[in-house]
Amino acid sequence: MSEAAIASRGEPLARRSRWARFLDSDLFSSFRRSKIAMAAFAVTLLFFTVALAAPWISPQNPYDPAQLELMNSNLPPLWQAEGVRPFLLGTDDQGRDVLSAVFYGLRLSLVVGLLGVLVSGTLGIGLGLIAGYFGGVLDTLIMRVADVQLTFPAILIALVVDGVAKAALGGHMDTDATIALIVVSIGLSFWVQYARTVRSQVMVEKGKDYVQAGRLIGLSSPVIMVRHVLPNVTGPVFVIATINLALAIITEATLSFLGTGLPDTMPSLGTLIRIGNGYLFSGEWWIVAFPGLALAGLVIAINLLGDWLRDALNPKLQ
Amino acid sequence: MLAFLLNRLLQSVVVLFTVGLTAFSMFRFAGDPVNQIVGVDTPPAERLEIRRALGLDDPVAVQFARYAGAVLRGDFGISYQFRQPVSALLAERMPATLELALCATLFALSMGILMGVYCALKRETLLAKLFLAISLVGVSLPTFLIGILLIFLFSVTLGWLPSFGRGDTVRLGWWTTGFLTASGWRALILPSVTLGLYQMTLIMRLVRAEMLEVLRTDYIRFARARGLTTRAIHFGHALKNTLVPVITIAGLQLGSVIAFSIITETVFQWPGMGLLFVQAVQNVDIPIMSAYLLLVAAIFVTINLAVDVLYTIVDPRLRLSTGNAR
Repeated sequence: MSEAAIASRGEPLARRSRWARFLDSDLFSSFRRSKIAMAAFAVTLLFFTVALAAPWISPQNPYDPAQLELMNSNLPPLWQAEGVRPFLLGTDDQGRDVLSAVFYGLRLSLVVGLLGVLVSGTLGIGLGLIAGYFGGVLDTLIMRVADVQLTFPAILIALVVDGVAKAALGGHMDTDATIALIVVSIGLSFWVQYARTVRSQVMVEKGKDYVQAGRLIGLSSPVIMVRHVLPNVTGPVFVIATINLALAIITEATLSFLGTGLPDTMPSLGTLIRIGNGYLFSGEWWIVAFPGLALAGLVIAINLLGDWLRDALNPKLQ
Repeated sequence: MLAFLLNRLLQSVVVLFTVGLTAFSMFRFAGDPVNQIVGVDTPPAERLEIRRALGLDDPVAVQFARYAGAVLRGDFGISYQFRQPVSALLAERMPATLELALCATLFALSMGILMGVYCALKRETLLAKLFLAISLVGVSLPTFLIGILLIFLFSVTLGWLPSFGRGDTVRLGWWTTGFLTASGWRALILPSVTLGLYQMTLIMRLVRAEMLEVLRTDYIRFARARGLTTRAIHFGHALKNTLVPVITIAGLQLGSVIAFSIITETVFQWPGMGLLFVQAVQNVDIPIMSAYLLLVAAIFVTINLAVDVLYTIVDPRLRLSTGNAR
């Protein structure tokens, strides 16, 4: 669409950089018009930056037991009477700096969320392509499994996958294995939406001339599917992936909150909230409040961004 | 119509069969069932004896048939951690979950419809915009965070409501109820709001959208022309016509309310099936996990089927077409 507009202005496409083309696109101008989208993007960017820079900007490494002093446990935030430097947001029961724990927790939550989106997206897009392109028995099989899975909420599936894997592996796992397991549980719980969307799009694309042309010049099915059909169905997939990221982060946080996610020694935001929840009644509100705020801010910002993207990419609303 | 219903029934059976197969595979292949029963010092000969007694040497198909037969008789095996029949454990916890789900749904329906109607009729007011903003937050925030926030506000800071448990319960036969005591009602408030909030926002947005749609139709304009009062038009005509999709959604959501109560029950230490399930996942108690999965599947399938049947009764167009119309 934007390419046509550019071409009509008489500029050769090749000379304009990708960036210049992006700045000229409908998507970007819609972004410039929406204050909410820009604010949400700024907040999301801030969270990503903090997560990336966590090892360099945190006052303390919360994973290093040598840096934790039990003497410093349960200190309130700095602006309260008993606050102690350098613990800006106070400390938790193990003397862990809450600010550093939130930074590192954010990092973990985002990593798990992004990997979860990657796994569920790859699985869903792959199965959706196969179901839509080949049809027949494969299609029926994949879509029936999707139907069955849709009857259950994702969190229930993630919990079951998690529990079964623990039973099969014997229950003793290091942190990397735990993270991998959570990523797989999230991947297996959220692939259905990608598969359904991609399948319906592929069924439309399949009948178009360029696919026929590809077949005619002897391209193999995988090449047509991945190189030619897939690029034409990415719009809706992108929207799902954005909203899916928020859901994946919530799912990880929920698993960790329920005590089946990341361990206390390597806390994500959900783990921090579970730990802090136990101190709510003894007055140490800051242990749960700041991780909670970080999680809420992150999820709301990503959701707003996803909402905007869905409307911006929806041709019916333009 | 009969073909449509039969088709639906067949689909339900397929769903249940698939879930049953999953539950059975969990039982059979995730860890060694014998290890869960015997101690560390049990001699190998005795283990083999138990293996044979449990029928673990039979062909897998035979084992599945036996499992399915047991499940149909209501026998879900023995819990690894409690050493009690799973069916008894679930039956004991079921009233707590169902009462919570009922209250949450009623809360979601009443508040959702009220707020939705208000937002549709007074679209430009500040309060309506506030409701919409709240609904966005309600959809975005994870359930457990909302629960913790409510506990912090109403239990810790204000001290008005209890933060855990069911309060005093009364035993009626095998059913324990919190509806008959004051403390039971007080204990229900926070968990119901937490659990129902998501459904409430969903219903509110649906009612608002449907109301705005209906208010534009000809028969509402005609009712205005006839000189009916605004109240009669809004509530007697407009609202009534928005309720069919609302009730459908609320019905379909009842299943996810029961499943989502896992999180709410953990936050509030509510002694229901969801809490039992979470503890089972933490302790790798496969019999409870698979039984819960089957139970939730059965509830989902029953609700979906009931909604389908109600639909064919309510909507005459469905009775004529026999295809895959929904």
